[in-house]
Amino acid sequence: MPPQLLNASGCLDALVAPDVARQLDGFVTKTITPLPREGNAPPRIAETDHGMLNAIGLANPGRDRFVAEHLPRLRELGLPLWISVGGFSSEDYAETCAILGDVHAIELNLSCPNVDEAADSAAEIVAACRLATPLPLYAKLSAAHSDLAEVARAVAAAGADGLSLINTLRGLALDPQTRQPVLARGSGGLSGPSLKPIALHAVHTCYAATQLPIIGMGGVATAQDVIDMVACGARHVAIGTALFSNPDAPRRIREDLAAVALDDIFGCAHAGTTSRVYAT
Amino acid sequence: MPRREPLNVVGVEPVGPYALLRLVRNGMDPGVPGQFFMLEAPGRVLPRALSLCLAPPSELHFLIDPIGPGTQALARLDRGDVINVFGPLGNGFDLDVERPLLVGGGIGMAPLPYLAEALRFPPAILGFRSELHAQAAVLMPGAEVVIDPVFVTDVLPDGYDILACGPEPMLRALPSGQLAWEAPMACGYGACYGCAVEIDGELKRLCVEGPVLAAAAA
Repeated sequence: MPPQLLNASGCLDALVAPDVARQLDGFVTKTITPLPREGNAPPRIAETDHGMLNAIGLANPGRDRFVAEHLPRLRELGLPLWISVGGFSSEDYAETCAILGDVHAIELNLSCPNVDEAADSAAEIVAACRLATPLPLYAKLSAAHSDLAEVARAVAAAGADGLSLINTLRGLALDPQTRQPVLARGSGGLSGPSLKPIALHAVHTCYAATQLPIIGMGGVATAQDVIDMVACGARHVAIGTALFSNPDAPRRIREDLAAVALDDIFGCAHAGTTSRVYAT
Repeated sequence: MPRREPLNVVGVEPVGPYALLRLVRNGMDPGVPGQFFMLEAPGRVLPRALSLCLAPPSELHFLIDPIGPGTQALARLDRGDVINVFGPLGNGFDLDVERPLLVGGGIGMAPLPYLAEALRFPPAILGFRSELHAQAAVLMPGAEVVIDPVFVTDVLPDGYDILACGPEPMLRALPSGQLAWEAPMACGYGACYGCAVEIDGELKRLCVEGPVLAAAAA
């Protein structure tokens, strides 16, 4: 199967922009939490020299309204749906997983930099969700872990079916006039071109550490970025910030990849490896 | 879905401290006054959201306050440069009003020349922070102009349907009407949730629900 192109969670509203979603092989929702969230106070985005910060703070309608109102409309798109699930405890995550049926997969957002983190470890949350659903579970991890390979192995042992790498990394931008943080929350998650080398390293590391399929993301804007992700071991690739500046980015990337044999490239950035059979 | 097209730059003209960016329209829909476009800012990661200022035949004009790296990059464009433009986006002004009065503050006057044309040049009041900034009133012939410390709210007549764009304190000081709000935007089409503004106790995505929102009478 050729690598699938997805959107990064929180970087597309398929109900508002279905034409953009249809350029993708699947749609990943914005993170759903148990209760509705308005998100953080504005301003909540800031451009940086080679990226952007966001501190949206998981604005979403809450899981009950999502399942009742949004999910039926998303199904009408006819795309494989990846539901991003968030929360503040293992139970939050597991209870949301339990009420999600008939979707392609669940992505567990274990790494939002803009809310207080759950006290439970990534592996504990994955284990709780594993008991709650038979659906494929992808663990979305941060590159900020001091030993990412260890976290990847732990979530694999806890029952994750795949990894999403990486989330934004916490950063800060100052207003040059006031010398105060631009974002109302202070810090925000850094995305865009700045993130790509960090994302490539995370994918490279986790490919070597586990057998799990990886969705690579972080600074992907061009066909070359997709090639680099796949070479490091990403089975699929997601586009985030590039969707903001160009809603036609997926179509353009796909056109530019038409003549590229991605299967031959998969994992080739690992020394001594020319190819590796991928098994689900 | 609106179009995203590479458009040729006709030129950039100074208007007081502002810059009027003229683009070849190339068949793009200029949209309703108050709608906006995302303009590629050369060398920057994100495009910039700008409402259309004027739509003469075969051109699109945008008024820019070059205060940051993106707006400065746009103001430095030259004849023959090409930038990607995506739009029109958002909800513009409802033109079905009985006694329109256009109210603008500073760079917030940007969408008003196009709006004035659509409404056949109704009365208008523009407020600026200095004589230099007030030179932009040349784009709104016949408008009453006030300069800080006089505010537009000091000279506001009663009995009009207000259509306004300007800084947030000005919009919040107006009694009622259709108000065009502003917030930093990454995408302009509902994807990033960055442009949320608290209005009547609720956070609204300005690019989807705005930028023009109706304000209830106080």
